[in-house]
Amino acid sequence: MTTATASRYAAEYQTIAPALPGQTLPWLQALRAEALMAFSAQGFPSPREEEWRYTNVLGIEKKLFAPSIDLTGSDVDADWLKAYQLEDTWSVVLVNGHFSAELSVLEGLPEAVSVMSMADALAKQPGTVEKYLGRAADQSEHSFIAFNTAWFTDGLFVHVPAKVVLDKPIQLLHIVTGSNAMATTRNIIIADALAEVKVIETFVGTDIAKDGVYAASLSGTGVANAYLTAAVTEVFVGACADVTLYKMQSESEKAYHFGGSYIKQARDARFTHHNFAFGGLLARSDIHVDLDHASECELNGLYLGVKRQHIDNHTRINHLKPYAVSRELYKGVMDDRARGVFQGRVIVAEDAQKTDSQMNNRNLLLSDDAEVDTKPQLEIYADDVKCGHGVTVGQLDEKSIFYLQSRCVDEETARNMLTFAFANEMVDKIKIRSLHDRVLEQVLARFPQQGVDKEWL
Amino acid sequence: MLSIKNLTVNVNDKQILKGINLEIKAGEIHAIMGPNGSGKSTLSHVLSGKGGYTVTGGSATYQGKDLLEMAPEIRAREGVFLAFQYPVEIPGVSNIYLLKAALNSIRKHHGQPEVDAMDFLTLVKDKVRLLEMDEKFLYRAVNEGFSGGEKKRNEILQMAILEPRLCIMDETDSGLDIDALKIVSEGVNSLRSPERAFVMVTHYQRLLDYIKPDKVHVLAHGQIVKSGGADLALELEEKGYSWVEEAEA
Ligand SMILES: Nc1ncnc2c1ncn2[C@@H]1O[C@H](COP(=O)(O)OP(=O)(O)OP(=O)(O)O)[C@@H](O)[C@H]1O
Ligand SMILES: [Mg+2]
Repeated sequence: MTTATASRYAAEYQTIAPALPGQTLPWLQALRAEALMAFSAQGFPSPREEEWRYTNVLGIEKKLFAPSIDLTGSDVDADWLKAYQLEDTWSVVLVNGHFSAELSVLEGLPEAVSVMSMADALAKQPGTVEKYLGRAADQSEHSFIAFNTAWFTDGLFVHVPAKVVLDKPIQLLHIVTGSNAMATTRNIIIADALAEVKVIETFVGTDIAKDGVYAASLSGTGVANAYLTAAVTEVFVGACADVTLYKMQSESEKAYHFGGSYIKQARDARFTHHNFAFGGLLARSDIHVDLDHASECELNGLYLGVKRQHIDNHTRINHLKPYAVSRELYKGVMDDRARGVFQGRVIVAEDAQKTDSQMNNRNLLLSDDAEVDTKPQLEIYADDVKCGHGVTVGQLDEKSIFYLQSRCVDEETARNMLTFAFANEMVDKIKIRSLHDRVLEQVLARFPQQGVDKEWL
Repeated sequence: MLSIKNLTVNVNDKQILKGINLEIKAGEIHAIMGPNGSGKSTLSHVLSGKGGYTVTGGSATYQGKDLLEMAPEIRAREGVFLAFQYPVEIPGVSNIYLLKAALNSIRKHHGQPEVDAMDFLTLVKDKVRLLEMDEKFLYRAVNEGFSGGEKKRNEILQMAILEPRLCIMDETDSGLDIDALKIVSEGVNSLRSPERAFVMVTHYQRLLDYIKPDKVHVLAHGQIVKSGGADLALELEEKGYSWVEEAEA
């Protein structure tokens, strides 16, 4: 379907190329050219590819989203922004794929720490960027990565030097304001040995109201924005370093979202990911982790689908060396005609003895028309390992509903409470209060709320 | 308070209750004993409105109203409380959250305003002390990871806070250690009042040593085959069920 010659995006490339950052860097020019070729040759991933079996991105090709060259972020309402920009963080705000210095908050950063836009990093520390760009995200993985490499307009760059512990989280706030726009961003997070950092990625469209409800569809005043987000984040966790990455995706109702996080962990490194996938007409997240000797990763995910949303999560944990530990828990709640996908691969290399890995995927279907495809895969090439996985797809437990009814709670409220409780387990794992409250609000906005008393949560 | 007449109940087309007759007056304590599988839990469930049972005949009138017509939550709000033989774990819903939701539902049902937050906490903490529980249980998910005995005690905590009219306790004593049995029994005794009735399903005399019943019934093969006073339980303890079952046959 979406074959090489069919991709109309490649033809559009020339018009934007001169506006992309890093024009003076031959290595980047070469990398982009190579990526463009790879993308032109493959087009967008097709459902014929095993890892895209359940997700058809043909709509992106059809729409032909246009990259935004407009560099102003002035149409972002300050009041609205406050609902998504977390207090007590350093933040890098990207509007339509471009850094907004005006909206970002970067005062008071420790001197040795770099937090800046990718365009700035390419101008100020091109050597460091060159050393890391494309080293965790493999261009040959699938063509979204190549697409991103060719087209990225900006992004977030974080470098925390050895032994530095950042006390405040860093927020990447990725906002798309217009219809038919394309926001292609590339982010790099580097934590050197023994460093600690927490990064929050927030993806949101401006037609989403402050509490996460689709403003346009509710007010009936407008049509939801259709746009494309294609973000790639590469994370390098140094020896004994500790990185936590939160992702909250609340894209517009008609938006397409691709977000890939590719993580490389050194010896004894810790990485924790929390993936909250709420928005978009079609949304796909990739989380791929490479584990070195005795490193640990924890992947948590919550995906909620309503109406006709399609929400795909693809995780891959590569146990490359011995003694690494991985823990994964993904929960999905699908209502209406929504479709959820969970593909979780754990690969244990021959050398990775004493691997300890546990993967779980639990799904709740709230309507007869909702659907979940779940595919956990364990590929084990070592013989002395402890690996387990579990999957459930089901409805609410009738025994639990009756128990709540016998405690005076009406059936509808009981169902709401149980659904909420199911999802809330993942929200409760958030350690940053301000983010916790925002995510909770988003969850509540997507569920029938009758009887769920917020004050007591 | 509760009048059960000729109640017959099927599960999956199999008749489990075969004509139950029972009169329970306010202030009374009734013990129901009987062999495993005789229908004691079935009766408790049917009275509290659990799905999966088909009432094929008879009636249950509670405070002048047709109990079997009411939704489970309405029965609960009207004062029917079932302490489960196997309490259900509800991950993600804290004990205190459920207690408040339950109490407010009852108040709303009776046209009263929501409970004041401070009053509620005082009430709950009082009852936690009464049952000698750790306050930490309030903030844990309902029954999740509770030991068998802790679950049973938690049921009685809920009962003490919601102050129902008709307390149905299905084998609350099973799983309780000797000390816990005493504490829970004292909790139940403190709830005794002329307006409240208790139906206690049990297999053991020792519960009845603490909570003295006014009437003891033997349920066998879906029917009440014998009723008597507190002495009947002692007799059963000594002789087992076979003599009543045989006498019936
Ligand atoms: N869902 C069901 N399907 C089939 N049979 C059932 C079902 N529920 C109950 N029964 C049967 O009904 C009968 C009565 O069960 P019930 O649980 O009421 O017994 P009980 O008197 O409470 O026993 P115990 O003392 O062991 O708790 C049993 O034979 C049981 O197997
Ligand atoms: Mg029973």
